[in-house]
Amino acid sequence: MKLKTLALAAALVAASTAHAQGLPKLKVGLMLPATGTYAALGTAIENGFRLYVNEQGGKLGGREIEFVKVDDESDPAKATDNVNKLIKRDNVDVLVGTVHSGVAMAMAKVAKDTGTLLLVPNAGADAVTGPMCAQNIFRSSFSNWQPGYAMGEVMAKKGHKNVVTITWKYAAGDESVRGFKEAFEKAGGKVVKELSLPFPNVEFQALLTEIAASKPDAVYTFFAGGGAVKFVKDYAAAGLKKSIPLYGAGFLTDGTLEAQGADADGLLTTLHYADALGNPKDNAFRLAYAKAFKLQPDVYAVQGYDAAQMLGIGLAAVKGDVSKKAELAAAIEKAKIDSPRGAFSVSKSHNPVQDIYLRQVSGKENKLVNVASKALADPGRGCKL
Amino acid sequence: MTMRAPLVFVLACFGALAALPLLTGSYGVDLVTKIMVYAIFALSLELLVGAAGLVCFGQAAFFGIGAYAAVLLSPASEAAGLWWLLPVSIVAAALYALAVGALSLRTKGVYFIMVTLAFAQMAYYVVHDTPLGGGTDGIYLYVKPALGSLIDLDGALTLYFFTLASLAATFVFLAVLLRSRFGRALAGIRVNEQRMRATGFSTYPYKLAAFTLSGGIAGLAGFLFALKDGFVNPELMSWHLSGAVLIMIILGGIGHLRGALIGAFAFALLQEFFKSEAIFGAFAKHWHLGLGLAIIACVALLPRGLVGLPAQWRERLVGRSRSAAPQEALNEA
Amino acid sequence: MDLATFLIQCLNSLQYGLLLFLVASGLTLIFGIMGVINLAHGSFYMIGAYMAFALAPAVAATFGGGFFAVLVVGTVLAVLLGYLLEWAFFSFLYEREHLQQVLMTYGLILVFEELRSLAVGDDVHGVQPPDILAGTLPLGDVMTYPVYRLFVSGVCLLLALGMWFVFTRTRLGMMIRAGSTNREMVQSLGIDIKFLYRVVFAAGVAIAVLAGMVAAPVSSVYPGMGNTVLIICFVVVVIGGIGSIRGALLAALLIGVVDTFGKVFVPQAAGVLVYVLMALILLWKPDGLFKAA
Repeated sequence: MKLKTLALAAALVAASTAHAQGLPKLKVGLMLPATGTYAALGTAIENGFRLYVNEQGGKLGGREIEFVKVDDESDPAKATDNVNKLIKRDNVDVLVGTVHSGVAMAMAKVAKDTGTLLLVPNAGADAVTGPMCAQNIFRSSFSNWQPGYAMGEVMAKKGHKNVVTITWKYAAGDESVRGFKEAFEKAGGKVVKELSLPFPNVEFQALLTEIAASKPDAVYTFFAGGGAVKFVKDYAAAGLKKSIPLYGAGFLTDGTLEAQGADADGLLTTLHYADALGNPKDNAFRLAYAKAFKLQPDVYAVQGYDAAQMLGIGLAAVKGDVSKKAELAAAIEKAKIDSPRGAFSVSKSHNPVQDIYLRQVSGKENKLVNVASKALADPGRGCKL
Repeated sequence: MTMRAPLVFVLACFGALAALPLLTGSYGVDLVTKIMVYAIFALSLELLVGAAGLVCFGQAAFFGIGAYAAVLLSPASEAAGLWWLLPVSIVAAALYALAVGALSLRTKGVYFIMVTLAFAQMAYYVVHDTPLGGGTDGIYLYVKPALGSLIDLDGALTLYFFTLASLAATFVFLAVLLRSRFGRALAGIRVNEQRMRATGFSTYPYKLAAFTLSGGIAGLAGFLFALKDGFVNPELMSWHLSGAVLIMIILGGIGHLRGALIGAFAFALLQEFFKSEAIFGAFAKHWHLGLGLAIIACVALLPRGLVGLPAQWRERLVGRSRSAAPQEALNEA
Repeated sequence: MDLATFLIQCLNSLQYGLLLFLVASGLTLIFGIMGVINLAHGSFYMIGAYMAFALAPAVAATFGGGFFAVLVVGTVLAVLLGYLLEWAFFSFLYEREHLQQVLMTYGLILVFEELRSLAVGDDVHGVQPPDILAGTLPLGDVMTYPVYRLFVSGVCLLLALGMWFVFTRTRLGMMIRAGSTNREMVQSLGIDIKFLYRVVFAAGVAIAVLAGMVAAPVSSVYPGMGNTVLIICFVVVVIGGIGSIRGALLAALLIGVVDTFGKVFVPQAAGVLVYVLMALILLWKPDGLFKAA
């Protein structure tokens, strides 16, 4: 009995002091890769996220943000353990992550089961805004389908008839190729061969020989991070760049141009971002990012920045109270997010509805050519929202 | 002194495990459920390595098959019946073990190790590269199985106690098995197979039976693992996991069933220790270093594994004496 | 598949197989001659690759050397590393059981990974081949073949020949072969077996490190590369027969062919094929293709 009264008294004291200090800090769990082929992407996303939070004075929705970080190593096998650690041991209020689609799928499962707010700042797995979609899961990036679909339309318009695709054999690669195939074959083209190798293997030599032997009109590819660097260089070294034009989802050339050098010149890619877009928000963003991190931002930084924006919008609507899940979600669903990529809104399955740009590599930049697909929405197949 | 101390130790362990949910939060329950699953997995390997002397480097395949069976056979939107899903998953794993054993047991020594690895890698690549297993990103278990309204494994606590019961049942089953005629035959094979055969004993069926049984138990562990996470991916069949479970039983001490338990807990808790930012701060990122050094130290200082620690201390204090009874013949708990 | 493509795929298989042989030969030496299972062998390969990346600026600054200077410096460092490692750590493993060796070298893998992480970080890196080797040779009407890959095959062949020469034509090779069959006898003949083992181990490490350095421009430098190569190396050693260099060469080339053509003809089964091959060979010849040389 005594213990109970003591506990009650302690709770009252704690509550009153908390009230006197204002709302407690909001714990944001960042689950991003710090090691492996996607490490640079994880850093860019975190930089973008923190940039927005700092621009708001370190507070979102009136609550100061406290970060808890976990390195997911882009490893789906450890994913569930890592998420559980953040949610159950570190008691984070909001979950942000990640780059690798397989890891994100594990995160989505746990988030859906526990009801924790999850913001996905990159992983494009269709399932996350498909069968696994939920009121508390939002994506600030893209679905793997989107850039692929846009490129399918572009390549068909360019008159290519026979295409070979090559990618890593995992969700991101498969879904990107599927999106491409859908648009390309709808417009009358034919995918003659679909080549793939296990993630994150970069021994492309045998497959490059296959591409040369098939003699297609063009090649569509999805690679990202370290793999993208190697592929572009190997493609050029195999002499294919001159004879078989290479196209890809924009990740092939985003954040990788420095390492790829001249081998990437002239490459056409589709993505929801480009360097030097020219809109005022992007100019301000790029300036602020360069000043803060001494680096040029890329699409990953933008996605991290926008994830923070979405969180800010949601938190503002509920005055910092994360437990008001329905109102928080509704606020983000209705919002138009003022992003450096151009304003975008969120679809019913919580995926961005955005313009996909066609870009070409020139110098060290992905220069905007035109808008390949305006306000492209992922069909969100399987989502019951 | 022969049976009492280990028995008391084991009973104390299970008692502590039963009481644990009262003391820790949901993270602790989750963690210990995982460790108990690994303990069942380690027990399955202990049957092969410790009892029969067969070092298998492909145990993860059976673990993974149990896990994938649980997910692939569960309907998408309602709970599967536990009464058939559990046995079917175990049998699936056991069947693959039967096939692998039938082919591998013709080889010996390091070649046996590698052949078992080969078969495990085959299973790995089937789920990794073909659409059957959902590929590298894995597949979800949307609804967990239930036994009518009696046992609904959706709740973390229910799953915890179900796992604990499974662990206890496996332990008792193996302890009884190893004391039976079958267990003695395995011990004989481990100590000197040629001698066994020279006395007219046909060793192959015994080894195959042990291999199949071991595969089934590993499948049970995999089944429980799939239920815990609700998510399976090909890494559950990777050689890294086969290696990890081997490490667990070596760390715990081969030749003793409780060594598997101790090893599983030690390995998992060592990982948690070195990963903890509360203790190591920013250096926790490099937890592999601490774990690696700890493993090396353990092997260097504890040649009989952690289970041999009390005996080693005793020897240090009292001196090596009559307690050095031959451990080989009887695989004790 | 036309002739030109077939020939190029053969070149690809050869290059991959020879590189595998280089790494696996160290493993089979150490395992066959000293009876030590060394799981950390893949780590030496990884160390070699990271050395190629990390040493380049240092070597350029100190003696203005390029890629080849890095190879030489790296090899010297590797011999030293191997020598020290054997003296400080591995010499204690000879008397231990295989399972304990497994555990200790597993711990060593973890230690090496983290030391590398502390020293040079966890990023993925590309390494540029030197300019004279950076060109391509035209093969067929569309495809060109990188000269550097021919260089890699060349280096591996040279080393294979060197190893064969040392083993069969020199006193040292004779002592090593004798030491692998009967340790005590060799000792009683007055040969310092400890020194011999140290030399063999250092050589094994150096070969693996050199393989990593040479492979870096071809396969990129990334944290998990040691583990990936380790498992294939064990397959090579087991197929070839433990302790047999000849066996390792044949096995590595077989795997190169199966892997390369497998990726092309049956991409869905490409990963499995190598293991199916191993299972088939072991079921036919349970002790591998050749006995120890």
